[in-house]
Amino acid sequence: MSTLRALAKAQALAAGVAQPVATVRHLHLSPRPLVLVPLAMAGEANAPLAALVGTAPGDARLLIVPQPRNRDQRFAFAAELAGIVLPYLDSFRGVSEAVAVDRGRDVRYRYVDAPQLLLPNPGGLAFLRLFGRSTRFRRPDGEYPVHPSVPLLGRWLTFFAERAEHPGSSALLAMTEALTLHWATGQSAVEDLHLPAVLGWLDPPPGLDGARAAARAEDPAVCPPAGPATDPEFDNKVLAPAIAAYTDAADDETARRSAYAELELALRGQLAPTWELMWRGVGLLAALPPGARVEGRWAGDRDAFTSHAEHVDAGGGPQPRRDGAVAAAVRLHRLERAGTSYAVQRAYDDPLVMAEHRLTGEAFVADVTLADPRRVDDTGKRPVLRPRIQVVTTEPVAVPVGATLYSTARPGQKAKVVFLTPAADGKTEVVLELSGGMGRGLTAPPGTVPEVGERLSLTTLSDAFLPAGAFPDPAETPWTHGGPPAAATFDQALGPADPPGAGAGAGAGAGVGAGVGVGAGVASTPVVGPSDGDPAEDWA
Amino acid sequence: MTSTAQRLAEIRGDVPPRRHNARTIAALTGNPGCARRAVLDSAGVDKPKLAERVGFPARFGQSRFAITRGNTFEAQVKADGGAELLRLVAERLGVDPGGPATWTDLGADDRPGQSGQSGQPDRSARSRAALAAAAPTGAGEQAALFDHPLLGLDVAGQRVHLEPDLVAARLAGRFHVVEVKSFPVIDGQADPGKVAAAAIQSAVYVLALRELLAAEGHDPELVSSDVLLVCPRDFANQPVASLVDVRKQLLVLRRQLDRMARIDDLLAGVPAGFTADPAADPADLRRSLLSVPARYAPDCLAACELAYFCRHATRAETATLGRPVREALGGVATVAEALALAGGEHSGQPEQAEAAALLRAAARLRADALAGRPA
Repeated sequence: MSTLRALAKAQALAAGVAQPVATVRHLHLSPRPLVLVPLAMAGEANAPLAALVGTAPGDARLLIVPQPRNRDQRFAFAAELAGIVLPYLDSFRGVSEAVAVDRGRDVRYRYVDAPQLLLPNPGGLAFLRLFGRSTRFRRPDGEYPVHPSVPLLGRWLTFFAERAEHPGSSALLAMTEALTLHWATGQSAVEDLHLPAVLGWLDPPPGLDGARAAARAEDPAVCPPAGPATDPEFDNKVLAPAIAAYTDAADDETARRSAYAELELALRGQLAPTWELMWRGVGLLAALPPGARVEGRWAGDRDAFTSHAEHVDAGGGPQPRRDGAVAAAVRLHRLERAGTSYAVQRAYDDPLVMAEHRLTGEAFVADVTLADPRRVDDTGKRPVLRPRIQVVTTEPVAVPVGATLYSTARPGQKAKVVFLTPAADGKTEVVLELSGGMGRGLTAPPGTVPEVGERLSLTTLSDAFLPAGAFPDPAETPWTHGGPPAAATFDQALGPADPPGAGAGAGAGAGVGAGVGVGAGVASTPVVGPSDGDPAEDWA
Repeated sequence: MTSTAQRLAEIRGDVPPRRHNARTIAALTGNPGCARRAVLDSAGVDKPKLAERVGFPARFGQSRFAITRGNTFEAQVKADGGAELLRLVAERLGVDPGGPATWTDLGADDRPGQSGQSGQPDRSARSRAALAAAAPTGAGEQAALFDHPLLGLDVAGQRVHLEPDLVAARLAGRFHVVEVKSFPVIDGQADPGKVAAAAIQSAVYVLALRELLAAEGHDPELVSSDVLLVCPRDFANQPVASLVDVRKQLLVLRRQLDRMARIDDLLAGVPAGFTADPAADPADLRRSLLSVPARYAPDCLAACELAYFCRHATRAETATLGRPVREALGGVATVAEALALAGGEHSGQPEQAEAAALLRAAARLRADALAGRPA
């Protein structure tokens, strides 16, 4: 928690309403997001109970599982959900754009838009991840067949859940996190997990302040929880009798239909308030202007969507239960790079975020007082353009001589600290030597060197490309990391021939080929238990 | 009745002390620095009722679906004289069970009378005798399982009976605590919060079992500090056993129990007229409760019945926003004080100089950025 954010929380508490901690929106917001509000059955291992799902406020579809302990009904729910999610995903696969790769020597394609899933809270995300896990290994054939769309849904949900861990991705967002990224409430992080309370602070109803609105939102009788856990009182007093009535109706068609309607009514009553809050959240976020680097990060989401769609098309297997050593290291490295770059990009996009870095001495704002744009350094083999500027700042400068700074206005240009001189009134004079971003000649094009009087925001944070690390092939996993994955599990991991889209004959072959092609990502499953296709899942 | 017991009875009101169970004892370790909670728990105050009386009812309801599921799974795991349970436990411990185990249900006579208080001394003695007689003597013995033992533990000078659903397993020369829980272990991972809660509850049983053996002249170390959690695997109902090392939890528990045993020290800081009797006038109760300091943190909401009351009473304090926020604000205690320092209204105490400078800088940077000025 930065002091700036903590101060915003204190101000929110004193003012009785949430305070902004961002001046721009740091995430992409789709014009047509798929909002999903899931509910799970208490006590069960990720058994879906109901969901409201749709792409517009007036287009909520209610899915329910009248007997959540019944395996067939759970997979019928999965198939029904797939019937909404998969066509939604497909609707983004119309138009592609060409992207130059390898310095223009090659080209690849990516979809011009991508799907976006919105859930109420991190608990919803965890539910979705486990629901993906429980469906992606299912088979449309064999002893316990499911609808072919079920494993496909599982792979896509897993893709979204993994993407959600990627810092800066907007493919799958939890509304509570999206909102608290931009506003500070007057409550703790634990309480910020409750969507109705967060919106109570952001947008209190008339006559209430944030604290009162949030307290009111905590009463499940007034405001049902935003899931996936249900209110125990609701379970005991409403849901249990309704499920019992449905079960008791058995073959009596009339009684069953009325019991079903009763269940739908009860569950809709629990879900509808959250649905409404989700769209209010979308509205609040949409009112913020997007940050300059949001579009670039969304392109990364579009890339990921495109490549997963191609993987699925090629009959590629489901994501492994656990990453192997190499795949895990690669993934961790990727997440760390994304995390670093996301933090820097937010600071560059948003002066309020940069202010957090200024407070810790990683950035300062200064005025240019002298500029020598024509300075050439000819001490080396050939002369190079190295303009120098002097800036003056009133802020404490915590960087040493020799450090490299970047200006938010010219992120491609490096500024090396040459001299640091304390001046009158506690000010500091800094002499900087510039390199990069000025063309190849010995004369800087106009505008590439800051002019006298210009105000610069200088920081040690670099938005430059971070090179990827080098990792061994999974087959050469060092013994310190368990050695190469066993050959048998290797084959098993590659061959889940379950290609609903592909022709039956080509299925198995295509599966193996695609698996090898994508390499490290899939090839290193450590354990594939024989019993999981299984399903001795008798519940009840 | 000692003067301490007398005092605690006055605090509690005209009702018998509320009985602890493993869950409430485990909860004691949650916020050990809170004097209000320590006093109320030591006195055995009916905290749910108290919270309701002062206008901040606790929300710790349990869904009957969860209860049913828990019972079903437990019955399934313990079926057939624990044959499947023994196999799981032995396999996880990497030992040979060596033939079928004996199964002793120490709660058999009392079932299903859950609150059969009258049967307790009997059962307690029976458990003590059976477990002490079965104390491990070597690795070669036949495995033995004991279901529903009734264990005792001294909590704040009060003998507390614990009725665990656990099984104490004698295997390969040690007793092991086995706890059946219905949360799933998916791909070898379970909800960390639930595992932590189960670990500390199991630690309560380990402690009680060790005290039982020690009282009977056996080595308490015969009870292993590795407990076994038996949970459903993945999304099915097949049980899977996992080992959890509870040595750290045992230390925490002992420390807190020792602290509660020194109840006199705690009571010395409590004002004379202090009452937490739910029958008292709500306004008096509120005043009385506030006279004993609490240490509210947002984590309390998940653990203590009185948390909503304490949160309300500490609204103006930075700790209500969470410990990280308080630290980021330079440790300043109240929101008003932090904002006054940030606004430069006064420079605070000498020891607050650093915090005040930081807050002033933060307030200036924040105001500039919000006003669209780069500096």
